[in-house]
Formats: sequence, structure tokens, C-alpha cells
Amino acid sequence: MTVASDDHEILVDCASSGIAFDGLRVDETDETYSLETPENEWTGLEKDELEQALESCEEYVTNWRYWQKTVGGEGTSRREFLRWCERAPLDDANTKTPRDGALDDGNTGERAVEEPLAVPERYDALRDGIDRQWGQLSITTRFLDVDESNGARVYDLWHVADANSDLVDLEVHDDPRDAREIATYDEDGRYRPLKTAPSLASGWAFTGLSGDELVETVGFFYPATVANWHRELSGNLDVDHWLETAERQTGIYDVVDELPREAVAWLAEACCDDSQCLRRREWEYDEDDDLGVDGGDGQFPCREPCSLVIAAARRWAILESETERTYQLELTTSELNQLEELIDAVAEGRTDEIREADVTDGANRYRARYLRAKRFDEDGTLDATQVDD
Amino acid sequence: MQALVIAAHGSHLNPDASDPTYAHADTIRETGAFDEVREAFWKEEPHFRDVIRTLESDEVFVVPLFISEGYFTEQVIPRELRLEQWDPNKWASDGTSASQATLEAGDVGKTIHYCGPVGTHDAMTDVIVQRAETATEDPDVGEGFGLAVVGHGTERNENSAKAIEYHTERIRERDRFDEVKALFMDEEPEVDDVTEYFESQDVVVVPLFIADGYHTQEDIPEDMGLTEDYRRGWDVPAAVDGHRIWYTGAVGTEGLMADVLLERAADAGAGIGEAREAVRELAGSPAKAVAESTSRTGTGD
Repeated sequence: MTVASDDHEILVDCASSGIAFDGLRVDETDETYSLETPENEWTGLEKDELEQALESCEEYVTNWRYWQKTVGGEGTSRREFLRWCERAPLDDANTKTPRDGALDDGNTGERAVEEPLAVPERYDALRDGIDRQWGQLSITTRFLDVDESNGARVYDLWHVADANSDLVDLEVHDDPRDAREIATYDEDGRYRPLKTAPSLASGWAFTGLSGDELVETVGFFYPATVANWHRELSGNLDVDHWLETAERQTGIYDVVDELPREAVAWLAEACCDDSQCLRRREWEYDEDDDLGVDGGDGQFPCREPCSLVIAAARRWAILESETERTYQLELTTSELNQLEELIDAVAEGRTDEIREADVTDGANRYRARYLRAKRFDEDGTLDATQVDD
Repeated sequence: MQALVIAAHGSHLNPDASDPTYAHADTIRETGAFDEVREAFWKEEPHFRDVIRTLESDEVFVVPLFISEGYFTEQVIPRELRLEQWDPNKWASDGTSASQATLEAGDVGKTIHYCGPVGTHDAMTDVIVQRAETATEDPDVGEGFGLAVVGHGTERNENSAKAIEYHTERIRERDRFDEVKALFMDEEPEVDDVTEYFESQDVVVVPLFIADGYHTQEDIPEDMGLTEDYRRGWDVPAAVDGHRIWYTGAVGTEGLMADVLLERAADAGAGIGEAREAVRELAGSPAKAVAESTSRTGTGD
């Protein structure tokens, strides 16, 4: 491995103002240089001696070059995300909030390997590629050229379900904008209005992306997740709770703040569950009023009710303004149970999985049609009688 | 660094609603005029709430991809972007003359130049004319033709009709088409009766909508009598009551819209270099392309 001499020149030029990065230290005093890595230390070096000494710590030099010159963007979410991708120490890690434990999946025993890696370990790992998971995305960071590495990294991205697929079996892309089309439809070709719904279609791969392109691509798959993740990491995620968001609405959404508190909890249970959205709900009813519903284990935080939730809340605000009535209708016990099964099957999105001939399942289509034939009147409505005033 | 944010409505139900936003954003990306170009939506993601924080640029130009000044441009977008100092009076507009206001977004330390919507910019007039050229595949369309500029129209927002009438008047002053009329879906004069308002046999109908959807692809073609059932499509031109109606859908899908977005940002102080020329090149109408290739190989006059 040879470090291009311009790396040395750039580094020496920067040395006068001091370099301290990922274990590498270079300082200049009275035209002599000192150089330090976790493994070695040199002092009193002349300029040509410094360049020679740098030869023996090329990994630190190319690492410095990649992060400080290629990636740049100190303090940006883009940079922090790319560092997270290769398990480099994060600038903001010391201000991590307790909930950031969700970044690491403690349940699968991966926490141990989630510890940040020092430069030599990272360089070893980058030769094979370092894998990270971001929602349903699997991201691999690797050297652009393993044999002649100058520290340049590239990034590959595919669906976690395709982690073991052969690249030839996937549709390969290199333009971040292609992610928009992929993210628009689920496996069945249905529109996905919520980008963080756990319904991303598989069968594609982005390969050899630059860092900027990777962040752009992730931004098209999961808009704003990197920015809000970084804010949370830095301890300055701004959460807008339900009441604040609801009271801000105008026009046809003006009514959503009338939704009873109890109904907001049902709403969160319905919409903000891991099975429906990969974001972790951080908003509550109000700052000091916990909804009492689990916010999920998503990797990226949800900082306020999204537009889908607000649209649904408007509908529920209208429905919840109705008065409850008592109805009388004739049902067998099995038919009552069947209603429960039907609602549950639709709520869990499993109607497609019910086999045509599986008449033991209350949500089986023939069972549903039989119930309709038996219990609906000629207007197509349930034959129920209101018995209160 | 400077960024452009295109703020559009988007849809929870229709995946095509955001197509023009993406297309115009991509055209502007190609010019390299902005360090960052970002789409943002009311109904899709990134939402207006989150978009500014995804940018690294300190100078952000926000251009609403909306037709008229009104509820969305004056209330919803500035509120959701956390432009706390915003007041509609900062645009000092009569309903069609909004330019820009410079503000700071409350959640980030960035300067936001909040621009008027694309629909009321003077350059929009050219897009409407280009749409007529695209619909007829004739770069010189005008003589012998009537032009109908169609808007939604609504009692809730008087500015909605103003934008339509503004461009109608500007095109009329150009004396290019024999007749130019403003028509509406929800108010008089109605697009349903389009043939009653024109003497010209040929009438180009350009709906001033951002995206194709229910209104432009279902309502309007059926209301005008181009087709009994929108699912069966319609001819361009289609014969209606002895007139030929040239109709192709929302003007917002026209490539030249990217130029209006750029002009809005440039008016607010964005440095865009030669980007407008590049966009005009990229977004040249099919009619123009036909004309150019004809003139290269044509009669030599």
C-alpha cells in the first residue's frame, strides 16, 4: 500500500495548525514536527523526516485525508452518519441520550460489535466491508480499491431481505434518484405514502456510491431520518408533542385538537407501531403527559405526528364527536367471534394470507360473504335496531 | 452554500402528484446552480416540517410549487417551516405580485428566502404559451387559435382566479392568439361550456394546475365533452360542437416550469449563473425541438 505523496504534502501543510484526528496527532513547533499514533511517537522531526515517518502510519494518514478532505462537513449529520456506517467514533457520541441505545439492537447480542472501532481495526474490517442496518436498508462500507487502497471508501446499499442475494439477481443502480421510484411502491405495486412504512420492496442494489451519494440515497428512501437521528444523538432533538401539533393545524385540520386524549392513545397504538412505521415515536400527548402506549423500537426518532397521522386524526376527530348508542342485533356466539376475527385480520393486514378454503378462519372470504348474506338486509346494511333514545 | 427547496402539495393517495416536483428538481440539479436541491411536501416526505434541517447550506431559497397566493403559501408553508417572523404583508402583494421575504427558520440558524409561488410569476405566462405549443406540436401556434387558461376557481380564495386572469391578460396583450379566455371549474365562466366562449375553430385548453390528477385527467376532459369516460382517453385534438379542442393536461408538468422556479429564486437573490439558459435548453418544448430539426434540414429560408 502506497500513500500518494500529495497526501503527505497536504498533511504537512495542515500540521502547522496542528492535527488531532482518530488517534493521529501532528504538531509543528519551531519548524520541527512531532507525530503520534496510538502505536508510536516521534518528536523533533525535520520536514523530510516527518514524511518518512508518515510512511509507517499510512492508515492514519489516508483515514485523515478521507474524513477531513473528502467527506469534510464537520458537525453535519451527513458526516456523522457516514462515520456511524463504518463504526468510527462519533463526534457527538459523548452527548448521547439514553434512548440512543435503540441504535444498537441489544436483543440480538450485536451490542458488543457496535462499539466504535479504532483506525487499524476499521481498516481491517473495511477490506471485507462493514455492514450496517438502517431501517430496511443494509449498508456496506468498503474500500474503493482493496489492493491499492488510498483510504477512499465506497458504499453499497440494498434491502436487508437481499443481504444474501447474488448481485446478478438484483437490479443494480448508481443514481441516488432511482431510490425515489423504488420507495414509491410496495411489493404488490401499491403506493407507499409513508416512506418509513416497513413495506420497502426488495430486489435492487446501489453499488459503489460515494459518501454524498449514499446520504442522498438514504434521504430519498427515508427522508430526514439522518438529520433527526443526528439531532437526537447530539441531544437536541426538538419534539413537538400531540397537543402542540394539533393546535397548530388550520383549515380542514383545525378539528384535530378536539380528539379526546384517550383517542390519541388509540391513534398512536393504531398508527405508530413497529408493524406500521420504522420510526420510534418520541412525541407524547403533551410534554408532561405520557400517552402510555409503546413508541416502538425504531432506529430513527419520530419528532411529531406525521401528515398521515394528522389526516387520520381528522377523520377520528369527526367520528369521535358522535354520541354512542345502544343497538340490538341477532348474532350467534360464533358470529360475534367472527366479527372480532374480521376486524383483527384487516387491522393486521393478513386478509391476503387467508387461504381460500380455510373456512376455519373467521376472516375467510366465504365466511365473510356468508355472514353478509345472512345478516345484512336488502340495503346492504347490518340488521340492527337502535334501542336507546 | 445555497440550497433550493421546492415546496409542493404531494398526495397520500396518488403517487403521480409529486412527479412534476421531482422532474423540475432534477432539471435544476442538472444545472448545478444550487449546492443542494430538495423536494418538500405537505402530504409526503420530507415534510415541510423537516426539510430545512436536512440541508447544509446557510442560504435557503424556498419556492412554493403552487399556482396561487393563498392558504398554502401564506399560512401553511411559512408556519410549517417555522418562519416565525412571517407575515403575509411582507410580500406586499395584491394577490399576484408576491416576490420574496427574508426570514429565519426557528429550528435552524439559516436564512430563508421565502419566495412567491411559481403560478403568479411573470415567467409562468411563457410556460402557458409553451404548453399550447406542446399540445399542438406547433412552435408557432397562435393564428386561427383560441387559448383557454383554466383554473380551479373557488369562493374560498379570490387569489385563485386572480392568477388565471393575470396570465390570460398578459397573453392577450401579446396578440398571438385570436382569442384568450380565462375559464374555471367552480365558477363562471365555466370550462364545461368552453366552445361557447370561442369563435375560433381550434381552441387550446391549458389547465393552470401543478400536477395531473383527478381534475386535469378526469373532471375537465369529461366536463368539456372530450370523452364520455376519461378511462377511454380522448383525442388531441378532439371534436366538440364543431370546434377542435387541443387538451393535454396540467401546465405544471411542462419542462419550462423549472425556469420559473429558478427565476423565483434568482429574484430573491440566488446566484444562478447560466442556469436559466441551461434549463431552457433542457426544457425546450417538443414543438421547439421539432422546429429546430426542421430548420436545420429544412428550406433554408
